[in-house]
Amino acid sequence: MTPFLKPDFIRPVAIGAAIFAALAFLPSLVDSYYMSLAISVVSFAVLATAWSMFSGPTRYISLATVVFFGIGAYTVAVLGEVMAFPLVLLCAGLAGTVVALLVGFSTLRLAGVYFVIFTFGLTELVRQVVSWYEVNVTREMGRYVFLDITQNDIYWQLLALFAVLLLTGFVLGRSRLGFALRIIGEDETVAKHCGIDVTRVKVALFVLSALFMTLTGAIIAPRWTYIDPVIAFNPMLSFQVVIMALLGGPRRLLGPLLGVIPLTLLFEVLTASFPNHFSILLGCVFMVIVYLLPGGVVGLYEKYRAPKKRTLSTDTETTRKSGEKTA
Amino acid sequence: MLSYALLSGITLGGMYALVAMGLTLQYGVSRIMNLAYGELMIVASFIAFVFMTALGINPILGLLIIIPLSFALNWGIYRFLLTPLVARAKNRGMLEVDSILATFGLLFIVQGVLLVWFGGNYYSYDFLNDAVDVFGAAIAANRLVALGFAVVIGLGFYLILTRTRIGTALRAVAVDPTSARLVAIDVNFAACFAFALGGAVAAVGGVLVSMFLTFSTSMGVVFTMKALIVVIMGGVGNLLGALIAGLILGIAESLVATYIDPGLTIAVTYVIFLLVLLIKPSGLFGRTA
Repeated sequence: MTPFLKPDFIRPVAIGAAIFAALAFLPSLVDSYYMSLAISVVSFAVLATAWSMFSGPTRYISLATVVFFGIGAYTVAVLGEVMAFPLVLLCAGLAGTVVALLVGFSTLRLAGVYFVIFTFGLTELVRQVVSWYEVNVTREMGRYVFLDITQNDIYWQLLALFAVLLLTGFVLGRSRLGFALRIIGEDETVAKHCGIDVTRVKVALFVLSALFMTLTGAIIAPRWTYIDPVIAFNPMLSFQVVIMALLGGPRRLLGPLLGVIPLTLLFEVLTASFPNHFSILLGCVFMVIVYLLPGGVVGLYEKYRAPKKRTLSTDTETTRKSGEKTA
Repeated sequence: MLSYALLSGITLGGMYALVAMGLTLQYGVSRIMNLAYGELMIVASFIAFVFMTALGINPILGLLIIIPLSFALNWGIYRFLLTPLVARAKNRGMLEVDSILATFGLLFIVQGVLLVWFGGNYYSYDFLNDAVDVFGAAIAANRLVALGFAVVIGLGFYLILTRTRIGTALRAVAVDPTSARLVAIDVNFAACFAFALGGAVAAVGGVLVSMFLTFSTSMGVVFTMKALIVVIMGGVGNLLGALIAGLILGIAESLVATYIDPGLTIAVTYVIFLLVLLIKPSGLFGRTA
């Protein structure tokens, strides 16, 4: 009777598990330059997928990604040498959850535009507060992270985190919570009338997505060796994640991945060859997506595929949906 | 010390209020959440800087060139970049999301161009930098001039909106774009005009701010942020609300910078913003949301 034993659940999970098992052997195949590229891809994949998990269905554009990412990284910098790494991850997760709860409950009752503005400035606020605290209370600006964690360890941990995230997203998509979220995304008033506690669902999802972002920051922190507030809370990261998710298509579980892979590679090339023009090019990518690809790569695919395959009754439904995305 | 803090808070607050007036016009009438607003303001600061240092034109005269220029520029931005988004949006929420993303693109492009031309350093220039004694506090003359201009331009702006025909049309569109059509108001023209006018106000703000603050290519975001907070605090579309909210923000910031720590100004801004969001999300003087 449990929905977890049906073939349409087992098959995708089994295929996913096989792919991830294969990916785990990557370190023995490539050299360290490609490993570091792989770490970038996987970390952005976790961030963009986690971002879409909340922002895709609700259409709330969160620019707070780097807040949680930075909290994770900072927790490792502060506690890394005091306790065992799994415990540090636990603490980072707790810190991220608490901040996400605070932000969620104070802003998610409001219209989306207030949320965007609030998260837009939250990075600046957190960075200022952390800097102020470090300068005035601990009196050390910048910290060193010397942990016995190799590049391969980071890669495996991120890969595991991504696997857990995809599984969570997959289960969520078939759960009551995921269903409630989709209704909220379509029409919040309808959702309220269906008896959904709109704020609680949104906050729950926001916290879940923030938790994955925090853990990504915590896992990747040992890679840097030196951390200060400007590095940990670099607002550009939030924008990169938004743009990747939107290019791929935030309304599908694997959609963001389609944006993460090309854009991570593109950004890698750009920062190497045109470091001064990075922001202009990022702006251009934003423009291209807004004007030419409003539904992302996934939206484009659905637009051209949809009219042929569906039966009449669902056809109107899909055209209405794809019209909503592209119109 | 207190009178100095208050006076510099009032100048700063006056700037915030002026800049927020432009933004509330763009958001209230044109329905565009323009996140590149602060960047366009900083562009004006840099133009004033180039005028002053390379051409020897002082910023007040520079305004005569910068105001029409920025009006035309913002007109163009609305016509060519934002009209397609307005046309395809089915409702206000979609336009908000699209305009946020498009103006993000604009933000990065403008910031990137400035960065290539001017680099990441802080800039300032000398203009009327002599101290003037006001109520026992020594204030640089350029601050007072900037405040004076902010008051005059803000007032002129208020009179345009409340006393002229086109101002009335703009306010009508802000209240209800659909009904405005029924009384023969060209809504598209009004939206375009409001956006351009708002952009011109931003440029004025940029020039005035450049007279007394050091500025850099990355500062636009901070101004956008503060302008947004003032707009929300004052109630969207409410000019008087923007004025009062701007002053509150400026004075609070200046007091904290003087008495507690200059590193915490953004934290103060945020605490105030959060309080407003929690207690009265429609703004201090806003109608119910």
